[in-house]
Amino acid sequence: MNILICIKQVPDMESKFKINGEGTWYDRADLAWRMNEYDEYAVEQAVRLKEQLPNSDLTVLCIGQDQASESIKKALAMGCDKGVHIADPDSSQREPIAIATMIAGFAKEELFDIIFTGMQSQDRGSAQVGVMVAELLGIPAVTTIVDFSYDENTGAIQVKRELEGGSKALVTATTPVVLTCQLGLNTPRYPTLPNIMKAKKKELRTVLPAPAAVDARQETSACYFPEKKGGGLVLEGEIPELADKLIQLLKEKTSALA
Amino acid sequence: MKTLLVAEFREGKLRAEYSQLIAFAQQQQTEAAMFLVGNAGELPKFNGTLYLADAAKHGEYNPTVHRQLLLDVVATEQPAQIVFLHSSYGWDLAPRIAVALQAAQISEIISVDNGLPVVPVCNAKLRRSIKSTTGRTVLTIQAGAFSLEGEPEGAPTVVAIDTDAAGRVQCTGYEAAKLEGVDLTKAEIIVSAGRGVGKPENVAMVQALAKALGGEYGASRPVVDAGWVEHNRQVGTTGSTVTPKLYVACGISGAIQHLAGMKKSDFIVAINTDKDAPIGEVANVLVVADLKQFLPVLTEKLGAR
Repeated sequence: MNILICIKQVPDMESKFKINGEGTWYDRADLAWRMNEYDEYAVEQAVRLKEQLPNSDLTVLCIGQDQASESIKKALAMGCDKGVHIADPDSSQREPIAIATMIAGFAKEELFDIIFTGMQSQDRGSAQVGVMVAELLGIPAVTTIVDFSYDENTGAIQVKRELEGGSKALVTATTPVVLTCQLGLNTPRYPTLPNIMKAKKKELRTVLPAPAAVDARQETSACYFPEKKGGGLVLEGEIPELADKLIQLLKEKTSALA
Repeated sequence: MKTLLVAEFREGKLRAEYSQLIAFAQQQQTEAAMFLVGNAGELPKFNGTLYLADAAKHGEYNPTVHRQLLLDVVATEQPAQIVFLHSSYGWDLAPRIAVALQAAQISEIISVDNGLPVVPVCNAKLRRSIKSTTGRTVLTIQAGAFSLEGEPEGAPTVVAIDTDAAGRVQCTGYEAAKLEGVDLTKAEIIVSAGRGVGKPENVAMVQALAKALGGEYGASRPVVDAGWVEHNRQVGTTGSTVTPKLYVACGISGAIQHLAGMKKSDFIVAINTDKDAPIGEVANVLVVADLKQFLPVLTEKLGAR
């Protein structure tokens, strides 16, 4: 099976964010970068499918600045076969349809049976790109999957979609299909040292982005920190005093210690 | 400005969240119509046109079918905005509509400030206000961000719609939420573990505090996904929505999905090393401390009372 995995590199969400000079997004300086968490589940599921179907070919695609290749290398070390880096210094400013158009442009040149990606990114969080890729390619998409199986005999793909309140929808599909992965779909592996070494020899191709194929449909007016809603008491200090203060507050304000 | 609201129906039932769509339209003071693939026997309470397709004919959610039904209604109604909930239905269907209409899509709106939708980004640490530059815009609104004062009222004028479109994926059934065992929705005190606990062994500290307070322990999604705490103890959109008298969030940064599941608790204590964590927005008390040092001391002092 020919499989594409679309990943994004995002800042570690524990980072201290600063707003950029234009006031439109976070400042990229001084951030730690990692593979989008949702995409780790996508990579893992693809690697598991290759374990089931050893003849599969796994291509991992990432759009971004030079350092995005680090996330591709991680995916290769997890078990993907080859990487494609669309070197685009402006990717973080692009809206979902622009990113989806770039991915679809790449994907339509090869016939991928399954495209795995995260259900959203941790930074922009639009949850749009995966579905848009499918629509642009004219193939089905199933979003927010938390379970996946492939039947080699019938070619049927069985997934479970996560719904609100913890219930799940059982969905069947066939290839070609785009599947967007939710947290908890599997347990993404940590690359082992031998696999990290092996990954260095795998193909990692860098290509330039195609000229913009879509006109802008939206623009960021401003990016900013939310206003602190007052009311909440902030306790800082030494641990024992903090514990005493908190117990006192619980006694005064709640019936929990009554 | 005309707005089309996309209501939801699942497993034979109208989803009550449609009232949030009405609340959004009222806040925007726009003329609204509604779209639903549902059942004429269970209509949303809404004064306006309801474009209704029969769920009995079309079955459970099928993206291709619902997209076609909705695009047909858009062609008739010519709305400037098409509004979904940011839900498993909304985030699945909305981008399909946006692509077909070549319209901007703005996801997970929490408010509208000076006419511009505002969305949370970077795990709700930042906000973006976004301007659509297309004549028509597809919007999804965050669950719980817009609500009516009371119950929705009214009776819609129903316009029946239909399509012959068929899709290539099939919903074959549902798996109910596994909620056997503990029921956190009934707990009066809940102490929850978040990613900040660091490793599975530290969950015991959270359990110990819950025991000292005479409550139950819970967890946020990453902790459940990691397998450190069972799913029936997950608090948040895809777990339980809880309203205890006391909620103690230990090492929980406060992702929107978690906040939605616990922010109506009577009293919220957050223990976090990050003073700026979004959990601080809903906490009555934020203790800035490393939970690994703080919890054992707190638990001991509670036990010694």
